[in-house]
Amino acid sequence: MPDITVVLPNVLQPLAGGQSVLTAPAEGPVTVGKLLDSVTSDFAVLARRLRDETGALRRFVNVYVDGDEVRRLQGLDTEVAPGQEVLVIQSVAGG
Amino acid sequence: MVGMATAESFVLAIGTKKGLWLATSPDRRQWSFSGPHFLMSEVPSVGIDTRDGRTRIMVGVRSEHWGPTVAHTDDFGATWSEPEQGAIRFPEDTGAAVERIWQIHPDGESRPGVVWAGAEPISVWKSTDGGEHFELNRGLWDHPHRSEWGAGYGGAAAHSIVVHPAGDTVHVAMSTGGVYRSLDGGTSWEPRNRGISAYFMPDPNPEFGQCVHKIAADAAVEGRLYAQNHHGVYRTDDNADTWNSIAEGLPADFGFVMLTHPRREGTAWVVPLKADGERIPPGGELAVHRTDDAGSTWRRLDSGLPTGEYNSVLRDAASVDAAEPAGVYFGTRGGTVYASADEGETFQEVVAHLPDVLCVRAAVVTDA
Repeated sequence: MPDITVVLPNVLQPLAGGQSVLTAPAEGPVTVGKLLDSVTSDFAVLARRLRDETGALRRFVNVYVDGDEVRRLQGLDTEVAPGQEVLVIQSVAGG
Repeated sequence: MVGMATAESFVLAIGTKKGLWLATSPDRRQWSFSGPHFLMSEVPSVGIDTRDGRTRIMVGVRSEHWGPTVAHTDDFGATWSEPEQGAIRFPEDTGAAVERIWQIHPDGESRPGVVWAGAEPISVWKSTDGGEHFELNRGLWDHPHRSEWGAGYGGAAAHSIVVHPAGDTVHVAMSTGGVYRSLDGGTSWEPRNRGISAYFMPDPNPEFGQCVHKIAADAAVEGRLYAQNHHGVYRTDDNADTWNSIAEGLPADFGFVMLTHPRREGTAWVVPLKADGERIPPGGELAVHRTDDAGSTWRRLDSGLPTGEYNSVLRDAASVDAAEPAGVYFGTRGGTVYASADEGETFQEVVAHLPDVLCVRAAVVTDA
């Protein structure tokens, strides 16, 4: 089955060894939470930038699955199918 | 670059709403800057640890997007390190997450490697490895009062940690919760707010719940501390069992800063603001006030400070160094930092037009 890809914003790429896209093999649908566990397993600092120590997605981190932000779906329980693309984008925030 | 610091020089760290600036100086008058470090992240806390013959600068950093973390540098900002798993993270069973690191406080010379931290949500942390990994203080976290502690405007945080340099007494101040004291190194805690007013509560003299903005210890008198409260300036001479007002002689009893002399008895500095509802220097006239008699009298110090200054000075945006005479430093929410090499008699503008200054720390360094 095709891999699931996770696309990172430029600002986070140094925390992923300079990669802009991380991939995870998938035998079937996986949740966004499990997907993030998988692709950040070698990048602990990256994992902390995306989620706090309770596992919750940080407030101004948006994750899109085929164009839909996961908070409007099932959050970190949203399922991602093999071959789908997941985008991590920081929201418009700050002053 | 700051990496050129030389022996017997001074280091100044300025944490702002949008990054950290570092500066060094041979004389506290000419400063060489580097920065911004951590651009676009706020830096509300800095600890400068000069023990063990090296200077370690630890910073609490918080990105609106990517959350809080603690980083440190041992080479004046040329390189930064951040533990992979994070220096401060709540244990899983608490179900809590760190929002912001409000305080990083190296312990005394007798306890090398020990560093304390205060955070939001209200929590105290202790590191024994020079600030690389901290452990949650369970005594305070599990305190039965915790559910009743509130949040000040800036958040609910433990923002002041005063550790006896050799003994087991620790005082913590939180907004809003007041002062808590431990006599056993942080194992158990009791509120110590008698005499401090909480005018904003139904009972203005509660056991706890006060909005203490900053506390500092008198380095020369055992058991004496000073507090700048949310309206009210106080002193205790009995290790915080009772507090008495020392606000008489000040133009206002509101403010955030409380600094004490590194060695001399009875000397403290405050930066008064008009009032809770008018958080500017009284009349727009920025001034530091110093007492040399433990608060019996105050003297206005404004030489070198501007007139027409309407920015406030936050609780950690002020510092003293350990030199003789002591240096006094503070920064405003308007991004200007002032330094005095003579205990506040005269100030000089060090830098202007930075983002809001959240934290200022200064130290004498000898290791570069």
